[in-house]
Amino acid sequence: MFRFLLRRLLVAIPTLFLVITAAFFMMRAAPGSPFEMSRKLPPEILAHVEAKFGMNRPLGVQYVSYLAGVAHGDFGPSLKYQDKSVLEIVREGFPTSLTIGLSALILASLVGLTLGVLAALRQNHSLDYSVMGIAILGVCIPSFVAAPLLRQVFASNLGWVPTGGLNGPISLVLPVVVLALPQIAIISRLTRAGMIEVLHSNYIRTARAKGLSEPTVVFRHALRAAIVPLVSYLGPACAGLITGSLVVEKIFNLPGLGKSFVLGALQRDYTLVMGVLILYASLIIALNLAGDMLLAVLDPRVRLS
Amino acid sequence: MSVLAPNLRRDSRTMEQAAAKGRSLWDDARRRLFRNRAAVASMILLGLFLLAAIVGPYLTPDHYDTINKNDVWDPPLTNGHLLGTDSLGRDLLARLLVGLRVSLAIGVVATAVSLVIGVTWGATAGFLGGAVDELMMRFVDVLYTLPFIFFVILLMVTFGRHFLLIFLAIGCVEWLTMSRIVRGQTLSLKQKEFVEAARASGLSTRAIIGRHIVPNLLGPVVVYATLTIPGVILLESFLSFLGMGVQEPLTSLGTLISNGAEEMDLAPWLLIFPSLVMVLTLMAFNFIGDGLRDAIDPKDR
Repeated sequence: MFRFLLRRLLVAIPTLFLVITAAFFMMRAAPGSPFEMSRKLPPEILAHVEAKFGMNRPLGVQYVSYLAGVAHGDFGPSLKYQDKSVLEIVREGFPTSLTIGLSALILASLVGLTLGVLAALRQNHSLDYSVMGIAILGVCIPSFVAAPLLRQVFASNLGWVPTGGLNGPISLVLPVVVLALPQIAIISRLTRAGMIEVLHSNYIRTARAKGLSEPTVVFRHALRAAIVPLVSYLGPACAGLITGSLVVEKIFNLPGLGKSFVLGALQRDYTLVMGVLILYASLIIALNLAGDMLLAVLDPRVRLS
Repeated sequence: MSVLAPNLRRDSRTMEQAAAKGRSLWDDARRRLFRNRAAVASMILLGLFLLAAIVGPYLTPDHYDTINKNDVWDPPLTNGHLLGTDSLGRDLLARLLVGLRVSLAIGVVATAVSLVIGVTWGATAGFLGGAVDELMMRFVDVLYTLPFIFFVILLMVTFGRHFLLIFLAIGCVEWLTMSRIVRGQTLSLKQKEFVEAARASGLSTRAIIGRHIVPNLLGPVVVYATLTIPGVILLESFLSFLGMGVQEPLTSLGTLISNGAEEMDLAPWLLIFPSLVMVLTLMAFNFIGDGLRDAIDPKDR
């Protein structure tokens, strides 16, 4: 286990390095600059501003100094928000993104597991077909369709929740639901497939044969094995939630990191974009790793190599 | 699907007869596919959509970027606008047809790009094996852990919102799973006798990959490609929604939905019709993909 962890960490570092390098040079190759305003700056002021942020140096030098900064935990100042460092912006935006992301993950797991188990227990009955129908709809209705529709109905028409902005937990209900919908679809499909396979296995027959009650068979024996494949979905789920948060934060006007990233990319705020990217990449890598390790703990047949 | 088991048995029996009559595996697959009602309905719908996307823009009375100052936000079925007009008085039907055309084109072309990269990469890794395979697939593993959407966004920012670039960027992202599937299939294929025979008769590695491995990979590749197209359409729409898709006045389903969402209080039809077309298209592709999988590889069910 320890050796596996070490090896994976050794792969994770070059991966992150790759992310930083690719993002750095792509950002710099983009036309335009963070100091482009609607009014053109006089050349001497522009030169002064560039010198302030060290952007008059050769690109290679800037790259090395950026890397050195990152290694020390210094992500530099934001180029667009005055007097704010990237870390400060991340610290302000991340809690919101994390809250809706985690809530969506929990909601999706609870609902998805329940639906999946129900569908598997009633395989090929109307309940199963309805759940699978919901799953297909969940995958095919993109978040940017679901979000405005739900907002129109539950916020504008019914007035149950605010239309947008961050204003207490109630304002996070719709964003969390929208984020969770596609994950519910995927998790219920995975759970159903896992449950159906497990329910046909010999040890379940044994458990039934020795007279265990149906709930015990389903929850103590079958479910435990059926959710194992779900663990490896942790990383992709996280990636999906982050992607979804870009849309959800825009539609519901939430001050999260996804919004900062998109705005930063459009405004060429190099350091901000890099900072958010590094954070999200580390998060996904860490969750993928955690998923693999959990898998090995839960399923003794999986050998870590 | 309780009817499945007898079906399967019947299929295997017809397959045995087929050997005598010379009916190919593909014929069987086609028969199974046409027996799948959801898949057939989806194919018909998609055929209609495709036709509408190709010829439709030439048939609408208004061009998709004709601005009518007097017809702003006309509801559907007024002033000769079947689906109404948008905030610039442009005919929604005309825009929807063009948007569908753009989205479908991006879906197909980007999938083709991902197909070429994924199949080449996966087949090469799987066939060569050993250290090369290890290296190539490790590379895929590394790319897999990246937050791709961010790179696509960066790509769009870097190279501008050129139409062709969207194809390329998305194609470059979507090839990873394809390469994994192809590698797995290749690994099992290369153990087969006919590959050994080809090698024994002195065929070069490249010729074996091109002539024997790739054609036999076709089944799973076709299935996965069908499922990639809706993924690509979704990704493009996603980019359009964030303001990084195709450029005005050209449009795509995602751009239409994005604009519609902003004006849905005043003109709900601007959101409803594009969303409906989008969801139907995605569902059709998914049903066809699932149907194809069941038809080509029935033991997978």
